[in-house]
Amino acid sequence: MDDLLVSLVGATLRVATPLIFATLGELFCERAGILNLGIEGIMFLGAFAGFTAASLTGSLWLGLIGAIISGMLAGLLLSLFAVRLGVNQHVSGLGITLLATALSLFLFRVIFKENQNLPSVVPFKQLDIFANNPILHEIFSQYLLTYIAIAIIPVVWFIIFRTNYGLKIRSVGDNPEATDAAGINVYRLRTSALVIGGALMAIGGAFLSIAQLGKFTFGIIEGRGWVCIALIIFGNWQPIKVLWGALLFGGVQALQSRLQITGIKLPYELFLALPYIVTILALTLAGRNASYPAALLKPYRRE
Amino acid sequence: MLAVEMKGINKTFGLVKANQDVHFCLEQGEIHALLGENGAGKTTLMRILYGLYKADDGEIFINGQKVAISSPKEAIGAGVGMVTQHFTLVPTLTVAENIVLGYTNGLLLSHKDIEKSVADASEKYGVDVDPSAIVKNLSVGERQRVEILKALYRNARILIMDEPTAVLVPQEVDVLFESLTRLVKAGLSVIFISHKLIEVMAVCDRITVLRDGKVTSTVKKSDTNQIELAKMMVGRETFGIKRQPSKTIGKAIYELSGITLEGKHGRKILDGISFSVATGEILGIAGVSGNGQGELTHVLTGLMKPTSGSIKIEGKEISHLSPGEISDAGVGRTPEDRHEGTIGDLTVSENLALENLADFTKNGFVDQKKINESAKEKIKEFQIKASPNDQLRKLSGGNMQKVVLARALSRKPKVLIASQPTRGLDVGATEYVRKRLLEEKEHGTAIVLLSEDLDEVLALADRIAVIYEGCIKGIVPAAEATPEKIGLLMAGAG
Amino acid sequence: MVKFKIERAAAPFWTKTLIPIVAVLVTFLITSILIVIAKANPFAAYYHLLIEPLSSRFSLLEVLVKSTPLILTGIAVAVAFTSGYFNIGAEGQLYAGAIAAAWVGSTFVNLPAIVVIPLMMVLGFLAGIVWALIPALLKIKLKVDEVVTTLLMNSIMVYVVSWLLNGIWRNPETGAQQSPEFFEAARYVKLAARSRLHLGLIVALVVVAIVYVLIKKTPLGLKMRAIGASKVGAQFAGINVNRTMLIAALVSGGIAGLAGVGEIAGIHYHLINELSNGYGYTGIIAATLGGLNPIGVLVAALFIGLIGTGSLNVSMALRVPVYLGDIVQSTLLLVTLAMLLLQNYRIKRI
Repeated sequence: MDDLLVSLVGATLRVATPLIFATLGELFCERAGILNLGIEGIMFLGAFAGFTAASLTGSLWLGLIGAIISGMLAGLLLSLFAVRLGVNQHVSGLGITLLATALSLFLFRVIFKENQNLPSVVPFKQLDIFANNPILHEIFSQYLLTYIAIAIIPVVWFIIFRTNYGLKIRSVGDNPEATDAAGINVYRLRTSALVIGGALMAIGGAFLSIAQLGKFTFGIIEGRGWVCIALIIFGNWQPIKVLWGALLFGGVQALQSRLQITGIKLPYELFLALPYIVTILALTLAGRNASYPAALLKPYRRE
Repeated sequence: MLAVEMKGINKTFGLVKANQDVHFCLEQGEIHALLGENGAGKTTLMRILYGLYKADDGEIFINGQKVAISSPKEAIGAGVGMVTQHFTLVPTLTVAENIVLGYTNGLLLSHKDIEKSVADASEKYGVDVDPSAIVKNLSVGERQRVEILKALYRNARILIMDEPTAVLVPQEVDVLFESLTRLVKAGLSVIFISHKLIEVMAVCDRITVLRDGKVTSTVKKSDTNQIELAKMMVGRETFGIKRQPSKTIGKAIYELSGITLEGKHGRKILDGISFSVATGEILGIAGVSGNGQGELTHVLTGLMKPTSGSIKIEGKEISHLSPGEISDAGVGRTPEDRHEGTIGDLTVSENLALENLADFTKNGFVDQKKINESAKEKIKEFQIKASPNDQLRKLSGGNMQKVVLARALSRKPKVLIASQPTRGLDVGATEYVRKRLLEEKEHGTAIVLLSEDLDEVLALADRIAVIYEGCIKGIVPAAEATPEKIGLLMAGAG
Repeated sequence: MVKFKIERAAAPFWTKTLIPIVAVLVTFLITSILIVIAKANPFAAYYHLLIEPLSSRFSLLEVLVKSTPLILTGIAVAVAFTSGYFNIGAEGQLYAGAIAAAWVGSTFVNLPAIVVIPLMMVLGFLAGIVWALIPALLKIKLKVDEVVTTLLMNSIMVYVVSWLLNGIWRNPETGAQQSPEFFEAARYVKLAARSRLHLGLIVALVVVAIVYVLIKKTPLGLKMRAIGASKVGAQFAGINVNRTMLIAALVSGGIAGLAGVGEIAGIHYHLINELSNGYGYTGIIAATLGGLNPIGVLVAALFIGLIGTGSLNVSMALRVPVYLGDIVQSTLLLVTLAMLLLQNYRIKRI
């Protein structure tokens, strides 16, 4: 049982890592008033770009940079539609998800051909901390990216609540008219949020391909993007609460895979569905009084 | 040296001459009122000063220097600040955050620093705000103070207040006046746009009256009184109505009793409105925009429910019914904003039929033939320049209004709520609509006419009710309506 | 840099008919770049993608098979969007219908086809309604945004299906994750020999016809269009906005459920995890491309089915990855969205 618990903690952190990155990315977008339904696709794109860049250059860090660039471009594309043109956010976001996914699969095939063996890279190594203590070792030998993920959370919090840029983001997500009246360029602001958000989402995806797996598989993201959308509501658009949500979900997923091995039959699907169910409950209870950034989903066009 | 001098300002929008050769001066350290009814040109003039509009002709001098202001940013740079009825505040941010938004340097946001900075400004100007409060939780009066401080924080020396008391409760009005007096002592100059005589006489030093885009006169408070101002505002010696009591007027059929609408923080947007309208009578409701006509229209048409009070048609209570049920009860309605009350993407005939689809349904299907025929009839009757299958949004304002009117009258209502029926229409369309209303009256329809155009009310109404701050200040038979009486009522006095 | 702004202005009349054509051309232009990257000839690729599938009987029928679920999900989404209700949950509603069908099709062994098939369709429709109910009620009663809630319901459904297939519907002998096989009577009859074409297509076409009549010719349809165009305007005209929107949301869910029924009863004959290849989301593409007009959606769904079939050809013939089809679809969606904007707005240089 002790082993289970210890390995669970370690696994939770690992599983939560991509969620933390992607959710923080989505948080940026939603705080600025854009519901970015492209998240699932951008994570996928990041996983692909990260893997491909790493594989072609031989450098994992270059791979990560490749992922970041791909995420930024995707964010830029979405902003062209949802911000500049002011097109329906849901549909354009879904369009980005579909396009990014299809593009990744297409390019992967073109670059790596139809190999019998799935190409792979030597993934990031987990840090070997506390090698002597079995318990601490299990918990703390995480990937560097995991530590970065956790470290980024206070950074994101700081940016949103303690910088002028963050003030403008919060302002435009709540009342773009007032922000415009204050002489701030709403379009540029929202675009920047989407670009940053895209970069973070892509890192989340890249973690899976160049750290955890060392491969790029087609089911690599498998709905994690949608979980993030739930996690943000769950976390009431606050970075710290998002961390708890991600850890909770990560924990459940980790628990599920461990229980499967031990043969204990629990309806683990119920647990996995829990974040979504709880989010719907949260929305029900809060109704329109949820701390929705008030301008979420309304495109801004100065008439 | 004058704080502001505007010389020979002309501004035309399409056919409307909003400002005609306007001369306006603001002395240092005074509170100067811009008085006038709807469409007088006061807001236009100030928007020109604040850079939201550009004058067609004329010059502006600030502190003796000629300036060319083409945006609010430039206006702020020249020391001009404006506080309007629509606050530009972000509800989830704090007061301090709102005040410094867009006016900060550097990357970091230190709440301690900005709150101190705002607190200092608050003390310096005597405008009381709590820097760390979240705007969402503030009362309207408190929010207005934040808006004022926002302007002062950006070093405004000239403050334009556009109908500042429209959204305040009486206690907050007193606080506002105290602030303004203090600010002026500290060296600011204030332009106070208003239509409320009591307030103007209470707090202002000089008054410029505008009417129909022109300056009627500029006087010192000490040299005038409310009655004179009312006359200047409404601008005619007499209305020249020589109306006989109308032969068509019958019994009261539509009665409002104690209609009250409460808004946020218990503010009474409508306060105990009571009146009745008889068959064959037009009751005109006049008043300066912003005194509750819009909300009253929403209540009468069913888009809003009153907090208390009753509305009865032939004794039947309808105040809590849905728009559809109100229409079924025999009340025809036109929307205040024809774009809100119609559906631009649908065709003319679909819009005309929308209120009583049941009549146009055969065997569960829409009887397209009947809808089109009915539409053709109405098009002919109301002289609408369109065909049944035209998309409504393609019609001109005048024709759209005719569609709206046609629809409201299509069920032969006993009562008609006509809200701003000729707003934005050209001369021909306006004449038609007014003629039509009189015809309906002749046929025995009871009409409630809500209009911001005083001339229209005077031309059509048998009795004139004046709405002010959500109350009916008085109801005057048309024959007894004088500029003095009506002007005073509209401006809150008398 | 040229600055431009977007202002509301009546669009030139020719835009309505020209938009789909221009959108398709622009899309092909953009995707040509990718084809070239894949070291193939764009024209050859488009031949395989668009023409070749229509050139053989089998292939043509396959196009229809692929289009069948898309027609239904496309219509489902179009019905909802028309009323201003953004149902992103067609994917989950599809599975709900599939679950109902799977239950009927493996349980009522003794009933004849004439009873079982309609029973399956009715229950599938109802299941779709049930799955659409919660987000719809939340929207109407509490004004909760339906985009998020319907999306969440999709994710929950994934787990419901997985739970069923791992538990009570797991094949006890083989351990395979699939529900019990349908008995013969419950299977959709095949429409053409030596092909996969099944009754589902007829069902889809009937639904298109019904929805077309509903939206264009009934009072309910007029009310739905009114609400979708202007909620306040509809309210002013006396329309019961809440009730109409609820009906639209539920009908939408039901139709998506029928799509699920078709896939199971017509093709797989048992429930599996990968029953739908994102049909609920592709339905959104079809609805948008079709301009929310039922006939347009039908054409769009057929077109997407065509591309889906064609992309297999392209990949076999030219070694261009099969995902070209998905890229064409999603690019077409984005381009169409941008062009639809031109209908109501005009881009002006400033």
